[in-house]
Amino acid sequence: MELKTKISAEDGQQDLVITREFELPVELLFKAYIEPEIVAQWMGTKVLKLENKNHGGYQFETSDPKGNVVFKANGVIHEYIDNQRITRTFEMENSPFAVQLEFLEFESVRDTTSKLTMHIIYKSGDLRDQMLKLPFAQGINMAHNRLQEIVNKLKQ
Amino acid sequence: MSKKNNKILRSQITALYLLSNNCTMEIRRDVFQAIADPTRRAILSLTAIHAMTPGVIAENFDSSRQTISKHIQILTECELLSQQQNGREIYYLTNAKKMKEVADFIEPFRQMWDDRFNKLETIMKNYKPNK
Repeated sequence: MELKTKISAEDGQQDLVITREFELPVELLFKAYIEPEIVAQWMGTKVLKLENKNHGGYQFETSDPKGNVVFKANGVIHEYIDNQRITRTFEMENSPFAVQLEFLEFESVRDTTSKLTMHIIYKSGDLRDQMLKLPFAQGINMAHNRLQEIVNKLKQ
Repeated sequence: MSKKNNKILRSQITALYLLSNNCTMEIRRDVFQAIADPTRRAILSLTAIHAMTPGVIAENFDSSRQTISKHIQILTECELLSQQQNGREIYYLTNAKKMKEVADFIEPFRQMWDDRFNKLETIMKNYKPNK
């Protein structure tokens, strides 16, 4: 099935644009970005802080089933307009990746449909490409870990 | 098997995986650098239609034949171009399989966001304000 999420990332550039249409009124789409409990559900992370206002900030933290923190991210909210726009930074803590700038635009398409445009700007083109490869790298690591588990079981 | 041997074997296996992992990432980065260059992209689109000799490829560009040769060499090293020997001439052709791999590397990222957004949509479709 065709994915509803589109990504445009030109070669050699340091930005990319993610677009997606939702079968939701724009108010509900926007709510999914500002209610901490809802953000936690779809992002799959704990929301420690989320200040929806100009010059606000946010903090995410994810733990593995054993309680070890495996992911920490934070950012500042530069501009906030209800149901329209969030301009913010995003930075993964304890990682070699530099902070990135994100422009989130929320638009109403019809009464029951809305569109999100996420324009992300990275420090350099190389960093963008490395970030793009992260899910790919994680996929490989996960496959290796599973393989490792199987091998370990065989040896016992 | 003794516990000690077991441990050694395990770390060897891990090292092997890490090694193969690094290689994959290394190659992928080179491929991306290879297609980031506009001349090299033009070469890839020229030779996507039919195989060409370096001389014929170079005729399409203002750059020197040497410069084009260098680009062809880089593309060949990254397996974006494949070589076909025909008599004394070597013909170059875009490796469609490799090009697809390059296009695919953005796919896990897109899939990750699509999964998240699908979840968001489902949650919000069932959302009932409890105030």
